[in-house]
Amino acid sequence: MSNLSLAVRDSSTMLRRNLLHARRYPSLTLNLLLTPIMLLLLFVYIFGDTMSAGIGGGDRSDYIAYLVPGLLLMTIGSTTIGTAVSVSNDMTEGIIARFRTMAIHRGSVLVGHVVGSVLQSIVSVVLVGAVGVAIGFRSTDATVLEWLAAFGLLVLFATALTWIAVGMGLISPNAEAASNNAMPLIFLPLISSTFVPVDAMPGWFQPIAEYQPFTPAIETLRGLLLGTEIGNNGWIAVAWCLGLAVLGYRWSTAKFNADPK
Amino acid sequence: MTDLAIAANGLRKAYGDKTVLDGIDIQVPAGTIFSLLGPNGAGKTTAVKILSTLISADPGTGDIRIGGHDLAADPQGVRAAIGVTGQFSAVDGLITGEENMLLMADLHHLPKSEGRRVAAELLERFDLAEAAKKPASTYSGGMKRRLDIAMTLVGDPRIIFLDEPTTGLDPRSRHTMWQIIRELVADGVTVFLTTQYLEEADELADRIAVLNDGKIAAEGTADELKRLIPGGHVRLRFTDPDAYRSAASALREVTRDDESLALQLPSGGSQSELRAILDRLDAAGIEADELTVHTPDLDDVFFALTGGADVTDQPDQPKETVR
Repeated sequence: MSNLSLAVRDSSTMLRRNLLHARRYPSLTLNLLLTPIMLLLLFVYIFGDTMSAGIGGGDRSDYIAYLVPGLLLMTIGSTTIGTAVSVSNDMTEGIIARFRTMAIHRGSVLVGHVVGSVLQSIVSVVLVGAVGVAIGFRSTDATVLEWLAAFGLLVLFATALTWIAVGMGLISPNAEAASNNAMPLIFLPLISSTFVPVDAMPGWFQPIAEYQPFTPAIETLRGLLLGTEIGNNGWIAVAWCLGLAVLGYRWSTAKFNADPK
Repeated sequence: MTDLAIAANGLRKAYGDKTVLDGIDIQVPAGTIFSLLGPNGAGKTTAVKILSTLISADPGTGDIRIGGHDLAADPQGVRAAIGVTGQFSAVDGLITGEENMLLMADLHHLPKSEGRRVAAELLERFDLAEAAKKPASTYSGGMKRRLDIAMTLVGDPRIIFLDEPTTGLDPRSRHTMWQIIRELVADGVTVFLTTQYLEEADELADRIAVLNDGKIAAEGTADELKRLIPGGHVRLRFTDPDAYRSAASALREVTRDDESLALQLPSGGSQSELRAILDRLDAAGIEADELTVHTPDLDDVFFALTGGADVTDQPDQPKETVR
């Protein structure tokens, strides 16, 4: 069997294993979904009137439109915390030692985790998106091409964060540590342009909000779904994603290939 | 020389400045059981981890060939030839026993129908058919270990590493495991077994190497090892202190144990040697209350080679762990 078909075959076996885990034990994924959904409802129904005034909008529905793109990306960040936890859990299992002594494609264990996690992210994004639509989010002006680009961006962003989360899981000795180490993935969207525009933040803080992966990705997604100005954000977001994906991939595979302790 | 399934020369491994394996040589002919015997922390698990490609040996290690494949140059070739069952169960607890087996079949690239057949056969053979649909995390220790071995056998490996396969099992499960190991060898499989139980090595292994402090302290068949140390002894116990004292003076070369009124004298345990002792006691008119003959067993060898009573005094030594 050629190297590539071996890689694909073993990775899809590992993917099936991870999806089986996710299906048997959905509580972790569902718990992680709660945060973005709660935040969505909180900011729309409790803070919505004040917030919409803050962004210069007319009413609450303007704020829903502003908020949903950021929360979709936050959902991805939240889901990948689950990835870090499950990778870390998995590494403490004897079965990983077994995989390492089998003549299988070496990277398939991690690829299985990444593909499984990206699929979970997409399902989560669809669920949170559905809640958004249910409370009044509309993206009817976007073209099919913009929709596809938005979807592509979400997948790319999920892939990038997932590889980083896999690395975080691999360096964590247990699930608690993994959950702590992965905190930035849920913290970064809080200090991005998810809830308020960057130029509404204090001057000293603006660079922090601006020069991080979430803000350009959010601005790009807003542009694609709602027709706002994208500017350079599209390229910056793609560059962030590719950079993080490559970094996370290199980091994770180096950690996984090192001798286990 | 017969075909060697495992040949390792000068195996070395150190963690920081702690030397775990200090240049050990291992030769295992195909189709035999080799047992690496040693106390906790002796380096048994480290040896298995290196030979099964889990961790790398230190520089300075000589050639290692497993099933004809060079470990350093062709680890995938080695992996295709071996099966490993580690000290801690290498099963996926979140999925069922059957799913674990099918996972192995998929990773060995068996066609779907054959994978199902092999999985069902092995589950049946290891008495797990009934529990096949339950999550592996709900299995007992013995069941997990059986599932573990069943998973190892899916790929029909010709060389199997078993790292303390019976540690923590109850006596019945231990005997079941022994039976499984014997059947494997009957099929021509080579088994590399580590154990801290002398009885187990004595029972199963064709050759035994005693590992202590990173070095092979002795190697040979169980009988050869037993011959390495001085013969056995006869122990006489008395209840009457006077009889004890007169026996001690009548018999020379005794080791006295005043506390329990017992005498110990070296003896191979043969009929004539025993008769000589009894004759001398009769001649002195002394009656011992109890006479026991102690022949050397692997325990004596083990304690003699691994630094005596220290071993039994340290049950809390940190265990080697497999990650």
